[in-house]
Amino acid sequence: MQYQSQAVAKPYFIAAIGLFLGQILFGLILGLQYVIGDFLFPEIPFNVARMVHTNLLIVWLLFGFMGGAYYMIPEEAETELHSPKLALAMFWIFLVAGAATIVGYLAVPYATLAEFTGNNILETMGREFLEQPLPTKLGIVVVALVFLFNITMTVLKGKKTAVATVLLIGLWGLAIFFLFAFYNPVNVVLDKFFWWWTVHLWVEGVWELILGSFLAFVLIKTTGVDREVIEKWLYVIVTLTLITGIIGTGHHYYWIGTPEYWQWWGSIFSALEPIPFFAMTVFAFNMVNRRRRDHPNKAAVLWALGCGVMAFLGAGVWGFLHTLAPVNYYTHGTQITAAHGHMAFYGAYVMVVLMMISYAMPILRGRAANSNKSQVIEMWAFWLMTIAMVFITLFLTAAGILQVWLQRVSDTPLPFMVGQDKIALFYWMREWSGVVFLIGLLLYIASFFIGGKEEKAA
Amino acid sequence: MSGAFTKSMARNIFYGGTVFFFLLFLALSFDTHSQLPKRDMRQNITPQVAEGKKLWEVNNCIGCHTLMGEGAYFAPELANVVVRYGDEGVKAFIQSRPKEGIPGRRSMPQFNFTDEQLDAIVAFLKHVNSINDANWPPNDQG
Repeated sequence: MQYQSQAVAKPYFIAAIGLFLGQILFGLILGLQYVIGDFLFPEIPFNVARMVHTNLLIVWLLFGFMGGAYYMIPEEAETELHSPKLALAMFWIFLVAGAATIVGYLAVPYATLAEFTGNNILETMGREFLEQPLPTKLGIVVVALVFLFNITMTVLKGKKTAVATVLLIGLWGLAIFFLFAFYNPVNVVLDKFFWWWTVHLWVEGVWELILGSFLAFVLIKTTGVDREVIEKWLYVIVTLTLITGIIGTGHHYYWIGTPEYWQWWGSIFSALEPIPFFAMTVFAFNMVNRRRRDHPNKAAVLWALGCGVMAFLGAGVWGFLHTLAPVNYYTHGTQITAAHGHMAFYGAYVMVVLMMISYAMPILRGRAANSNKSQVIEMWAFWLMTIAMVFITLFLTAAGILQVWLQRVSDTPLPFMVGQDKIALFYWMREWSGVVFLIGLLLYIASFFIGGKEEKAA
Repeated sequence: MSGAFTKSMARNIFYGGTVFFFLLFLALSFDTHSQLPKRDMRQNITPQVAEGKKLWEVNNCIGCHTLMGEGAYFAPELANVVVRYGDEGVKAFIQSRPKEGIPGRRSMPQFNFTDEQLDAIVAFLKHVNSINDANWPPNDQG
């Protein structure tokens, strides 16, 4: 690696992968609970397993974002990190806080956890994805601010490239919009309205800036295409992201008590949200086709291309599928939403973090790329996980269409659970796809331990 | 994308476009807030409703159920559950959950609520049901 301080990224990446494994194991528990309802009940009820599943996802992606930023920023700014020590200290704080939170979810009933962690002082718990106890939420803010201080100082003393600037805007946005997690008014409509300022403006706003920036960085490194060209693309992509995504928040304001005009604003702007993802796919393929060098790390290039395609399918196509208000009236809050959520998160954020790890980890371990043998295993993992996720999405979509029909469209609408029993076959197939996903992930982890003839450091 | 369209033009469009659309979003949000009092029934938010919302949160109900379509998709929509079961039906259902679950079935935990807590939960759910949410869900099954 070019700068010694980039090494702090390594523990972040290792923790990310470890937590990713935990997330998938809990995903399999959830999938099984969908068909064997009392599996692990009452020890691990569905809501607890789901909190663990979604919170682990968020935390490991944040680890990946921070690790990626710590790796990328010194190279972009062409200077050592402001404080590697601070970065390492924050790593341990974040890991311990994250682990303690998960243990808290699993060890005691949620209401007890709320009582003992100060939820009575400031009520922030019990809202989807923001279930973390108050001390954890405050910890996230501290870690995020110290992290931002560290990388902002690094950029300020070094070169300010477009790639680094877009990343900084994305990360600052992430921290700022998280602050709405502390606002929980007693009026449930207002509660929901501002809850989306964290959730939507993260995943369909500022996180996409982080995604675009990482993608641009790896494409510059692996294709050797002129930075000017790549950065111009990056600006165009993030422009499209924000001009569609910000007003696109409106697609969450159809049925929560907000005025009906959001059905127009939300439908029109979120119908345009696939465009930046399409641009990202075209961008990735275009740059790889125009490459001026063949980088020995083929696996990283595969993740980059895969990320473009899968983000477009998951976030773009599957998002569009149910985003128009007249359609959403029937699909809102069904397995269609779950299908979209799974492929979008995998395609956009899981894959971009794995791309970053794939590119950076060999260099952090003192080589330009892993051995051919290791890369072949990693590419098997890529295909197994990706195809498994496609099937998970297809089965959930099928389940969702049937659910909508049985419960909401037919002449004799069925009660929720009666409908769920009728579509159990699709939940079983989703669970088996999940097992294949786990095999892919285990292969991915194994690929780190496979030696062979490695490409020397550049 | 080459020639006349330069990187600095792209950058300017990014900043300009982002600021413009964020301001538009703020303006729409502001207008929404002026309209909400007519829709969100805030005048009916009693201390009991507030207590119900808190119970809803600290027991992580959203981890299995949806409320106005938001949440998890493991268990039924609850914004209109009072329409399906009635006040007493909702309370009886919550109270009667077996501690060890129902063999083979999706099981709801036994929360051991007091009568006051059950009343608060029902008050909260009735309040949510009264919000003008553009006529969602499509039918009583949620």
